[in-house]
Amino acid sequence: MEQFTINLLFVGASFALYIGIAIWARAGSTSEFYAAGRGVHPVTNGMATAADWMSAASFISMAGLIAFTGYDNSSYLMGWTGGYVLLALLLAPYLRKFGKFTVSEFIGDRFYSPTARMVAVLCLIVASTTYVIGQMTGVGVAFGRFLEISNTAGLLIGACVVFAYAVFGGMKGVTYTQVAQYVVLIMAYTIPAVFISLQLTGTPIPALGLFSETVSTGAEGNVYLLTKLDQIVTDLGFASYTEAHKDNLNMVLFTLSLMIGTAGLPHVIMRFFTVPKVSDARWSAGWALVFIALLYLTAPAVGAMARLNITELMWPNGTSGDPVSVQMIETAPEYDWMLTWQKTGLLDWEDKNGDGMIQYYNDASDTMAATAAANGWEGNELTNFNRDILVLANPEIASLPSWVIGLVAAGGLAAALSTAAGLLLAISSAVSHDLLKGQLTPNMSEKAELMSARVAMAVAIAVATVLGLNPPGFAAQTVALAFGLAAASIFPALMMGIFSKRINNVGAVAGMLSGLIFTLVYIFLHKGWLFIAGTNSFPDTVDGSMFGIQSTAIGAVGALINFAVAYGVSMMTKDTPQEIKDLVESVRIPAGAGGAVDH
Amino acid sequence: MAEQARYVKAEKDGAGYWSANVRIILVSLVIWALVSFGFGILLRPMLSGIEIGGTDLGFWFAQQGSILVFLALIFFYAWRMNKLDREYGVEED
Repeated sequence: MEQFTINLLFVGASFALYIGIAIWARAGSTSEFYAAGRGVHPVTNGMATAADWMSAASFISMAGLIAFTGYDNSSYLMGWTGGYVLLALLLAPYLRKFGKFTVSEFIGDRFYSPTARMVAVLCLIVASTTYVIGQMTGVGVAFGRFLEISNTAGLLIGACVVFAYAVFGGMKGVTYTQVAQYVVLIMAYTIPAVFISLQLTGTPIPALGLFSETVSTGAEGNVYLLTKLDQIVTDLGFASYTEAHKDNLNMVLFTLSLMIGTAGLPHVIMRFFTVPKVSDARWSAGWALVFIALLYLTAPAVGAMARLNITELMWPNGTSGDPVSVQMIETAPEYDWMLTWQKTGLLDWEDKNGDGMIQYYNDASDTMAATAAANGWEGNELTNFNRDILVLANPEIASLPSWVIGLVAAGGLAAALSTAAGLLLAISSAVSHDLLKGQLTPNMSEKAELMSARVAMAVAIAVATVLGLNPPGFAAQTVALAFGLAAASIFPALMMGIFSKRINNVGAVAGMLSGLIFTLVYIFLHKGWLFIAGTNSFPDTVDGSMFGIQSTAIGAVGALINFAVAYGVSMMTKDTPQEIKDLVESVRIPAGAGGAVDH
Repeated sequence: MAEQARYVKAEKDGAGYWSANVRIILVSLVIWALVSFGFGILLRPMLSGIEIGGTDLGFWFAQQGSILVFLALIFFYAWRMNKLDREYGVEED
């Protein structure tokens, strides 16, 4: 059977499963559909949260970024898991006790100000839209590969599918569908990793394989996988895999931005509003992280092993022998994946010096200049290797059985579609429910509310698609910007709302606005206004940047500004009223928490 | 009078519960920062002597160790707080 047919079967079967469960669960009880997670065990809720959370950024993009940078991109691993500690300790139990459904409602009530609620909605829309742009990048890669068409065409088709999926309900709120998505996703991620880990190290657990010795390959004897990888990449002039090459300040701020942003993302926080009890909110965060960690502990192994496999495929005779020939790429079956991926426009090579071979090395490295001159190389000939293709191409690179490749295709699509649809739902409910119905036109009919939700969804997906055609970075990098924005705006307001009785309405609004505007302007100055390429004033590098801080790391600074401004302004203005102090007292104590109430 | 005393006691307990909670949070966050920003990034050079699987301990903390500690922290906090809730009698029904 053709690989294409197998992929189709796997993707089709997985979607039939999600839809089947959705119909079955919906028929069970309608109220359960609205109060997602109520009466659901913390373990199940944790699994559903993990499915919601792990998107194209985690599944498709992250391991590729780690593979080509090594240690420096550990920030993604620590950042996107460490945020759950903040969530569990600083927010989840108290927001559950508060007992409403959305983040902006909490901010509106705690800061007794409709303006604060509107500003929170604005922050939510800005962060979520940026997030969707990153997701669309991943959707484009997945659909491009799956349908064997160009990335752009894949993105356009993907956008239509995401829109349809979100309008259908996104199958959000149906906890058991998300559980099924999680199971497909984690199998799709770990099964190929187990195969590859066995091939390279003989260890069935990839997380352990990363730190194991490679299977003996003749004369070299047993060496650690990471030692071998370091050797092979530095031989070709690339930066060593395990050493740090980024300055500590940027690495710390970047990690911190991702952590704070995780705890400030509305679609994650929302899941903790509806667990049955405050104590369950604490446990749920832990279970969510257990299921997330299964992927996150595997990701660094996937990255390192894929980098090793790719490099060895390009240099089948070792780095001192002859590289792979053009003829071999075109005919040998183990290079088939290169021909398939070439069709998406995300992978390409060119025999620049016409010697019939493809030299893959770092042509920017000084140490390689002499080698290149001596051998008549005229630059790196693996001219394009998009980081976002690595995870999807991984099973093909390792020549795994075709059912594994089909499974990965199903997992990648599930990850990209579910989170993109979930975010669209969050944006549309923020616009129709919080902004229009809550503030501007309170007398709106239910039908008009539904209509405005659809329109908001269509606008958001159109914006994300247009910007996704020329994304400001790889999927995970764009998503990282969204986290920076959430970190600078939402998280500080929530935390101060719980841990301080003194922060008042004016302070919170001033804090959120200054954090958001500072971060957004800084990102636009480096990534281009509205992410349009060429309109940036500073190059997006550490050395060229405005304060020596990369745009992906600026969210942490924005958060500090938010805290400082909110505190300063609150101190200079009127103290909070007594009933707000009482409200804060009550959210701090678990006793008396009823079920989450609608409004 | 008795009513008054009970009110004062409840008030005091509420404050005691909250400060105990804040203490537990602070200790947990110190560990949270130590394993990630500390061992994973800033203190990595100090740990470079400890070898693990072809690299150093700091690399392991940055890519895996910190995640395992995060997990332990969240479960510890949930367990500890549920115990604290009962000690102060503020748990849910």
